[in-house]
Amino acid sequence: MSDSDVAGHAGTRGRMAGAFEPSPEMGPTPPSQISGHFSDDNPEMVQFVDADGNRLATNETNAPYAQIVEDMTSEDARTIYRDLVLVRRIDAEGFALQRQGELGLWPSLFGQEAAQVGAGRALRAQDYAFPGYREHGVAWCRGVDPVSLFGMFRGVNHGGWDSNENNFHLYTIVIGNQMLHAVGYGMGIAADGDMGTGDPERDAAVMAFTGDGGTSQGDFNEALVFAAVTNAPVVFFVQNNQWAISEPNDKQFIIPPYQRARGFGFPGVLVDGNDPLASYAVAKDALDKARSGQGPTLIEAYTYRMGAHTTSDDPTKYRSDAEVEIWKHKDPIKRMRGFMQERGHADPEFFAAVDAEADEVAARIRKACQEMPDPELPTMFDNQYTEPHPLVEAEREEFLAYHAGFAEEGGQA
Amino acid sequence: MSGTRLSLAKGLNAGLRKAMDKDPKVVLMGEDVGKLGGVFRITEGLQKDFGDHRVIDTPLAESGIVGTAVGLALRGYRPVVEIQFDGFVYPAFDQIVSQVAKMHARSLGHLKMPMVIRIPCGGGIGAVEHHSESNEAYFAHTAGLRVVSCSNAADAYWMIQQAIETDDPVVFFEPKRRYHERGETEIDEGGSPDLGLYDARVAKEGSDLTLLCYGPMVKTCLQAAAAAQEEGRNLEVIDLRSLSPLDLPTITSSVKKTGRAVIVHEAQTFVSLGAEIAARVQEECFYHLEAPVLRVGGYNIPYPPSRFEEEYLPTLDRVLDAVDRSFAH
Ligand SMILES: Cc1ncc(C[n+]2csc(CCOP(=O)(O)OP(=O)(O)O)c2C)c(N)n1
Ligand SMILES: [Mg+2]
Repeated sequence: MSDSDVAGHAGTRGRMAGAFEPSPEMGPTPPSQISGHFSDDNPEMVQFVDADGNRLATNETNAPYAQIVEDMTSEDARTIYRDLVLVRRIDAEGFALQRQGELGLWPSLFGQEAAQVGAGRALRAQDYAFPGYREHGVAWCRGVDPVSLFGMFRGVNHGGWDSNENNFHLYTIVIGNQMLHAVGYGMGIAADGDMGTGDPERDAAVMAFTGDGGTSQGDFNEALVFAAVTNAPVVFFVQNNQWAISEPNDKQFIIPPYQRARGFGFPGVLVDGNDPLASYAVAKDALDKARSGQGPTLIEAYTYRMGAHTTSDDPTKYRSDAEVEIWKHKDPIKRMRGFMQERGHADPEFFAAVDAEADEVAARIRKACQEMPDPELPTMFDNQYTEPHPLVEAEREEFLAYHAGFAEEGGQA
Repeated sequence: MSGTRLSLAKGLNAGLRKAMDKDPKVVLMGEDVGKLGGVFRITEGLQKDFGDHRVIDTPLAESGIVGTAVGLALRGYRPVVEIQFDGFVYPAFDQIVSQVAKMHARSLGHLKMPMVIRIPCGGGIGAVEHHSESNEAYFAHTAGLRVVSCSNAADAYWMIQQAIETDDPVVFFEPKRRYHERGETEIDEGGSPDLGLYDARVAKEGSDLTLLCYGPMVKTCLQAAAAAQEEGRNLEVIDLRSLSPLDLPTITSSVKKTGRAVIVHEAQTFVSLGAEIAARVQEECFYHLEAPVLRVGGYNIPYPPSRFEEEYLPTLDRVLDAVDRSFAH
């Protein structure tokens, strides 16, 4: 097989290259000297709306998902729009709270709203999501209160929510670890027979989130192997936001991640991660297949990290503003709104109401964050084991006695 | 450039630069070490000056980084690997423990592993999970590895060069919360190091009790010694610098002199460097001891969320409390 074979036939669902010309409205093509932009003009990328939200023609690439988009009701569209606006606002609040010293760190999802909301809304209640650390939009769609996301970034806990309440696992900071957890969870679903029964309330799937950098880890690639050989009901959702801190895509791979899936034995799909409809449709299709027992899919959502890696990062050290400008043209919210206006899915009052709701949510979570109490210090010894452990108990006592000593000294003074 | 006072971070940067100037086989590799200069800027400017073949932004995979460094070392290079944070070394643990540590012995001495694995370590910076660990004991426990930790800019400057020159693999712990503190001493970059890489330093002489510490805790212990001085107690502070091998002669001669020892580190005390040192000290100094050897360290729980860290980490007060307990005997 020649190199061009690898590139040319990589569409794992047998799509042909060249059927789709990217629309001129997508903004200027990035100069080729900007490294790493693998899929800007990739005809295999599933898209449904252009930069202004106009529905693109159905073509060979997006045709397999077109019905899903056509079946979406006005209410579905409004749900997604509201999510996009709210998660952007929640994210902006996280950023501001960090700047004001209320949080120690905030990894912004700015730019990745469509990918996350598309994936998040494609999940059913019985499905399970395994996030990295930037998946605030998925958390929102699962019903996790944004305030509980703040806990770990404020330093009061390592993840303040009960994963089983919303089937949304704790954030995982060590890159790649959670991919294997997701596959194992999917193996459990299969072993329980909760796959392929045809019962929409019962059949379940798992979605595992990581970034472009994450695709380099051993854990990620081992997860693909395990998923393939076990036929686990897992969807790998790779948000390729072009950057792993300061490293562009070409430090991680020389073919885009979606093309890797085929080599592991299951399909890979490239989707415009700034297109909410495409992200939703592709995620729904992959989850439906996983639940029905047709095995894993790898989705690469091609998107962009509009902000810094986290509030600790200074991206001016390694990337140009011009690049960020290019991606502003592909803003997910603008595209969704344009689509809804074109289709008459909502009136101006709806958009105004969403904005007002965003203000309310922002005010609520800001207040809740500011009022989040510091933890009681001795609780650091809690939950270390399921049963008392003598060393931990002894140190808890030592800790209490030591601090009681200070209280006495203070009292005497 | 003689007589410059650098921060610990800048000391490391200058030391790396010097080592790269000296030996074209020295290559740096890690995540974000190139254009960005690493998340702590330790390698700042080095890719610009030495090229991207010598300062390599690697894929995001620690096992890959260390595993390929093994191959580079076999090919005659001297890789200096940066692990971005302490808590991210574990994907590379297999390579380090199974291959890096054992290569020389299992090849009957034919092969060498002249590799340095740099790990920013410790807490106190208000970070999220996995960014504040003190995992030196895992490595010190592993035969075949040399493990060192610098505590100040001058040592950082010299020790990184000495580590790079060493033909054995060296795990090099850098106290991240001290990175940007200005150095106390001037570095004479034209001079030479005053100590060997495996020598401990008597950071402050004293007669009444020995504080044994390394990395980020050296400063804390020096402050504790200053505070104790006001109460009329003259503490000796020993900066161990090398954790494997341990400079036992320096340790035991100090404890024989003072009769009391308190070991201080951020790491959990259970099965720690402190445990090893306490065992050695009681073997060697039994008849000189006025009190049991005490330890001050992190509690035996995973590193807690940052709002707890001030009370989790050994502080000046906790060190002085242990000093009081020693004198109570
Ligand atoms: C095992 C491990 N190594 C290093 C890091 C430090 N780190 C945090 S995020 C990051 C880059 C991740 O890039 P990517 O996977 O593209 O995700 P993104 O942050 O862009 O969402 C790195 C190197 C880590 N968290 N875990
Ligand atoms: Mg990324």
